[in-house]
Amino acid sequence: MAKKKEIQQLNEVTVRFAGDSGDGMQLTGSQFSNTTAFVGNDLNTLPDYPAEIRAPIGTVYGVSGFQLHFSSEDIHTPGDSPDVLVAMNPAALKKNLSEVKKNGILILNSDTFDLKNLKLAGYPTNPLDDDTLEGYTVFKVPISKLTEKALEDTKLSNKDVARCKNFFALGLMYWLYNRPIDNTIKWIEEKFKKKPEYVEANTLALRAGYNYGDITEAFTTRYSVEPAKLPKGTYRNISGNEATALGFLAASVRSGLPLYLGSYPITPASEILQYLSSYKNFGVKTFQAEDEIAGIVSAIGASYAGNLAITSTSGPGLALKTEALGLAVMTELPLVVIDVQRGGPSTGLPTKTEQADLLQAVVGRNGEAPVAVLAAKTPRDCFYMAIEASRIAIKYMTPVILLTDGYIANGTEPWRVPSVDSLPKIDVKFRKEKEGFYPYLRDEFLARPWAIPGTPDLEHRIGGLEKADIYGTVNYDPDNHNKMIHLRAEKIKNIENDIPLLEVDGEQEGELLVIGWGGTYGAIKEAVAKARTLGYKVSQAHFQYVSPFPKNTGEVLKKFKKVLLPEINLGQLAKLLRSEYLVDIIQFNVVRGLPFKVSDITEKIKEVYGGKNGK
Amino acid sequence: MENKIEIKTAKFTVKDLMSDQDVRWCPGCGDYSILAQVQRTFPEIIDSPKEDIVWISGIGCSSRFPYYMDTYGFHSIHGRAPALATGTKLANPKLNVWVATGDGDLLSIGGNHFIHACRRNIDLKIILFNNRIYGLTKGQYSPTSEKGKVTKTTPYGSIDYPFNPTMLATGSEATFVARSIDRNTKHLQEMIKRAGLHKGTAFLEVYQNCSIFNDGAFALLTDKETKDDNVLVLEHGKPMIFGKNADKGIKLDGFTPRVVDLTSGQYSKDDLWIHDEFDESPVRATILSTFTEVPGLPTPIGVFRQVFKPTYDEGMVAQIEDVKKKKGEGDLAKVLLGANTWEVN
Repeated sequence: MAKKKEIQQLNEVTVRFAGDSGDGMQLTGSQFSNTTAFVGNDLNTLPDYPAEIRAPIGTVYGVSGFQLHFSSEDIHTPGDSPDVLVAMNPAALKKNLSEVKKNGILILNSDTFDLKNLKLAGYPTNPLDDDTLEGYTVFKVPISKLTEKALEDTKLSNKDVARCKNFFALGLMYWLYNRPIDNTIKWIEEKFKKKPEYVEANTLALRAGYNYGDITEAFTTRYSVEPAKLPKGTYRNISGNEATALGFLAASVRSGLPLYLGSYPITPASEILQYLSSYKNFGVKTFQAEDEIAGIVSAIGASYAGNLAITSTSGPGLALKTEALGLAVMTELPLVVIDVQRGGPSTGLPTKTEQADLLQAVVGRNGEAPVAVLAAKTPRDCFYMAIEASRIAIKYMTPVILLTDGYIANGTEPWRVPSVDSLPKIDVKFRKEKEGFYPYLRDEFLARPWAIPGTPDLEHRIGGLEKADIYGTVNYDPDNHNKMIHLRAEKIKNIENDIPLLEVDGEQEGELLVIGWGGTYGAIKEAVAKARTLGYKVSQAHFQYVSPFPKNTGEVLKKFKKVLLPEINLGQLAKLLRSEYLVDIIQFNVVRGLPFKVSDITEKIKEVYGGKNGK
Repeated sequence: MENKIEIKTAKFTVKDLMSDQDVRWCPGCGDYSILAQVQRTFPEIIDSPKEDIVWISGIGCSSRFPYYMDTYGFHSIHGRAPALATGTKLANPKLNVWVATGDGDLLSIGGNHFIHACRRNIDLKIILFNNRIYGLTKGQYSPTSEKGKVTKTTPYGSIDYPFNPTMLATGSEATFVARSIDRNTKHLQEMIKRAGLHKGTAFLEVYQNCSIFNDGAFALLTDKETKDDNVLVLEHGKPMIFGKNADKGIKLDGFTPRVVDLTSGQYSKDDLWIHDEFDESPVRATILSTFTEVPGLPTPIGVFRQVFKPTYDEGMVAQIEDVKKKKGEGDLAKVLLGANTWEVN
């Protein structure tokens, strides 16, 4: 009988699962996340996987990782560096070791540390035997053999048995962090409904891993993280891409308009098309187009005919959609373009995150072609910003670009599910009356009427040529062009009266304001909180609207002696703010394809203070 | 399938279709004829009210077409008309959606959208105004210009092989493929009607004279003197006969079409290729498409092929209904909750 193990309380833990891209690490990570959410911790995740679907087995570039940060307190990032690394092979260890905290825990599948795999990973000697792992708490677990043993009575092939080892690792982690295994068992039963032999095998592996922790002498301590104090309600775990899809579904329901998505698969945005394709019973029309251009152009055609029309893409796709966006500007039709930003330029880093499409979104078109640009700040915020983007597009008859990024798109966090009634209602006014109808006669928001084909007596023509003010006919008059250029710009600028003011967290004026936009919110928030505990006076403000800016932006920026702006680009928002408000911005730009580390921003705050903490 | 055109009860007149815009094509442009024949035939073939008609175009001379029709119209961007039309049709499948496009618009910059519209069999009528030249940009060669053509961008003659539009459409599985000529107004009207009554992607190529940059490109097919010896009018179920005195016929030797003399006594009508518009196989329509590339063969006009299969738009509607039946009408509250939730009290 095993000795009773000690349980140690922790406030927060960062875990990283790493293995070959075929090892099921994303699945293992998301199961651990779901269970962790279920026990009531706050959490935040970051999948990190290669662009290759199955890179050569055992190599460093084939390593897939999943990081998860969970806590008994409110958290906003997936954690800077892991406390625990589960590495399924030497390559996974090689790739991730440098990021693990000093004294961190390593759980290694010792069966894979053979000559072949060591060579593939580029280890000249076995790190289990030399001093590579000095300072870490190392658990060498023969995961492959133990899984085989647990499954010896099943009739699965060797290959299938090997595929169950991630569940062994997951079971062991459940034991180590004192989480229940039932959620995952339920999931396995559902997932492999039609293959009972897999249900049996995966469940056996999971239980074996759990029991191994209990029985083996190697593990003397278990850890426990108390539930976080979250506001009352019903929660679920959600990724940014799913939240985006749900947001547009909600916008469709709340506007009464059928949702039309014209899209072309592209990493990391394809999931939005996948999710929306499954909501056919809401009348959602998803059109997987022949290319990015057809995606947006068909959406413009659908908008013209009165649907809530959207198109989803990532940076290279947005570049292809550029000309069509201009058409939507000229024809003043509601349209939402979702850009899940990834590393660029060109094909860049398809599976990595970046914020370098901001200027492309705000100004990247021929001619003066203003659009509204919104940026979601967290996975769950994608839901609300999708609704907001739809609202603005419809009310102002304009294209809207919604920026998310690979990090918040794939990352997950708990979401208190709102009631449908609490969501904003979106008013839609299709023009019906013939009397006084002119295609470009504007309302008080400078929006033109939405007169859709099928409406009697309102037949009219629109297109990409310059429009006569009010009448909407083709017009080449210089003064008319000047007027229309100004009107289109003014219409977008006016949206500032209809969006929330820029909110400052902390002191409303003073020494240092840290600003950001989009997916850097969590890292900046934690960094500011950390700096405050160190005695620094720091305020934070975060942009979800970048075109137009909130009305009070200039005022807010001018209330602080210094403004620091971390961005995962070379200073694109800084450029816009400087040119708009003539304020100086201290840039902090790191473009590694990864989210900011909290500690990097905290260090930068200290540096801005010149090492003095403002006292 | 009866090859007969049912005449609908008109819900609007020819005059109703004329917009208040002055038509601004060059004098003598073949586009005038296409516009006139469309306006003349629409009241006869379109069952739905006028407000359900939408004309969508890309860029080029032909793409000004929507401005001259008093229907809903959208003059979009270069090459994208089939894609825009697809979105419009899917957003409201009740609409009667037509695409006006040119050889540069549809076959060069818009080639991808064209072949995919055909493949999907989405219910669009695409009229290609083929003048074998770029007109609006003032005279560069187009993807249907003949090899060797001298234009502003090919001063030493084009070294490009042209596209064969009907072959491309057939190869892309368009369910209706036809050709007509701007000057042959009766025939053009007939083809517009046939295209309009087809359900699915209907592709109609119209040889259209550009009087400024490529005048006379189709003269052989339109001049009184030469047309009968150079045009083969396709008629369903009839042998392929042409020539001023109906003295020549087409005989199909295996896959090779040959012109035979019907006056020498060696061949009779019974030896000729009998045109079958509704041939399920695309092989014969493809052979017909090659006629223009073989010296000595006449240029066929008429319906190359018409087949029937469910359209993409019907499929989309049916699938939505089917999923609704199986899963029930969507419940947002339920979907927001997802599969795994927990309570915080």
